[in-house]
Amino acid sequence: MDERQLRGHTAIVGVAESDLGEVGPGVTALDLAEQAAGRALDDAGLSIADVDGLFTHSAFFPMPSVVLGERLGVRPRHSDSTATGGSSFLAHVRHAAAAIETGMCEVALIVYGSNQRSASGGLVSSGQNAIPSYEVPFGPRLPVSAYALAAARHMHEFGTSREQLAEVAVAARRWAQLNPVAFEQGDLTIDDVLGARTVSSPLTVRDCCLVTDGGGAVVITTSERARDLPRPPVFYLGGAEAHSHMSISQMPDLTRTAAAESGARAFDLAGLSPADVDVVQLYDAFTINVLLFLEDLGFCAKGEGGDFVSNGGIAPGGHLPVNTNGGGLSYCHPGMYGIFTLIEATRQIRGQAGDRQVPDSHVALAHGNGGMLSSQVTVLLGDASVL
Amino acid sequence: MTRDLPGVAHDAPAHVSGPHEAYLALLAEGVLGFQACGSCACVVFPPRGRCSGCGADALMWRASAGRGAVYSTTALSPRDKPPYAIVLIDLDEGYRMMSRIEGVDAEATRIDDRVSVRFTPAGEDVLPLFVPDRGDR
Repeated sequence: MDERQLRGHTAIVGVAESDLGEVGPGVTALDLAEQAAGRALDDAGLSIADVDGLFTHSAFFPMPSVVLGERLGVRPRHSDSTATGGSSFLAHVRHAAAAIETGMCEVALIVYGSNQRSASGGLVSSGQNAIPSYEVPFGPRLPVSAYALAAARHMHEFGTSREQLAEVAVAARRWAQLNPVAFEQGDLTIDDVLGARTVSSPLTVRDCCLVTDGGGAVVITTSERARDLPRPPVFYLGGAEAHSHMSISQMPDLTRTAAAESGARAFDLAGLSPADVDVVQLYDAFTINVLLFLEDLGFCAKGEGGDFVSNGGIAPGGHLPVNTNGGGLSYCHPGMYGIFTLIEATRQIRGQAGDRQVPDSHVALAHGNGGMLSSQVTVLLGDASVL
Repeated sequence: MTRDLPGVAHDAPAHVSGPHEAYLALLAEGVLGFQACGSCACVVFPPRGRCSGCGADALMWRASAGRGAVYSTTALSPRDKPPYAIVLIDLDEGYRMMSRIEGVDAEATRIDDRVSVRFTPAGEDVLPLFVPDRGDR
């Protein structure tokens, strides 16, 4: 058996967000997961009775797929709570493609929900760590300090400037202004980003993702069944996972992420190269992420990410459309953003992205990040023209 | 082969079971401990049970000289205490660890600065913080 045979055999047939932003008191993470799941099944023209594979991860409840199964009334043949932080949901897509191919399930539902803004007002991380850490007594503010260390190193090695990092936040805001459900819609300039409060130098609060509520869901089934459903199928072309460390002090090289491995493997499986990609969705927990992932996924050479995003390079009208929903920086970030890269990639390929629609989107790359630049998962999706 | 390993050979602390507990016990003695593999000569930190380079059950405790260079740095400015710098340090023995820089403004620490350990009491524990080497920038 060769993983290449998964190419084009499954398709995303339904996607949806729950209510986003600040849902207010009384609405739980599970409520938002349920809402997203129902809406995604409606989008797919399927019902809960069709679901036999359940995939989820949560920082709010243990045994996530079991808890969600009870709530939704799903008794899955295949259950997967793979937990690689914000990249989990992209890993779930690859696992679902393999499970469907081998007959372990036929309709896979991937779900996420978080009410971190309403519940705590701060980023909620997966699991309270019962393993002693030698790092914690020094007082890093995690995760932001980990990403700040990477940004400082990137600036040192490649001459990347503060302004270039800010370009990422400004581009995200300009896309968000085209997305009616984006949380932040106001104008944002490079000077605004540089002048904002420093959280962990060199990163200011505008280099950091939002803290919002929100959920999302994705439905995947066989390509054969997908052709009979109401939405145009968005085919799974290839996906790959990689992780290199958990703690930032164990990252072998702060300017080179495991996205270089996941990206290369995903492109190989899909038979594609970065030049074939029409629209890119990257997990932008912090501005530095976007530079690192553009480099490591092969959209530009190592060290050239700063130049690549300069002068609106990834903003509307730039040379590569990146994070067209406004990303975790301006659209929504409930804690584990990965599922939203899949939702936006699907909408762009379907041609359903409204004012932010990228013309002729046939191939999309969705990339998830988890931990401290730790886990990297890349998924390539496309329409029928690239099969 | 043991003679060629970096750092100075050091007995594992007595009456301690897990590797993290051993690291803390060594700090209490004023020793910045790390591990090296007697099989593949890998240097390992933070402490663990088996070599993550080759899998051998051959890790030995070593004492670091506590000197190294800043690999990256970030300054934090919490509302309730003075600013401080969190750094990653490449120790001369060939491993990397997180720590905090003392004795200099948080924003003044630079990548490649040479630093030395300063054992600092913190509650019941001892923390291996670092200070810049003067005139060595």
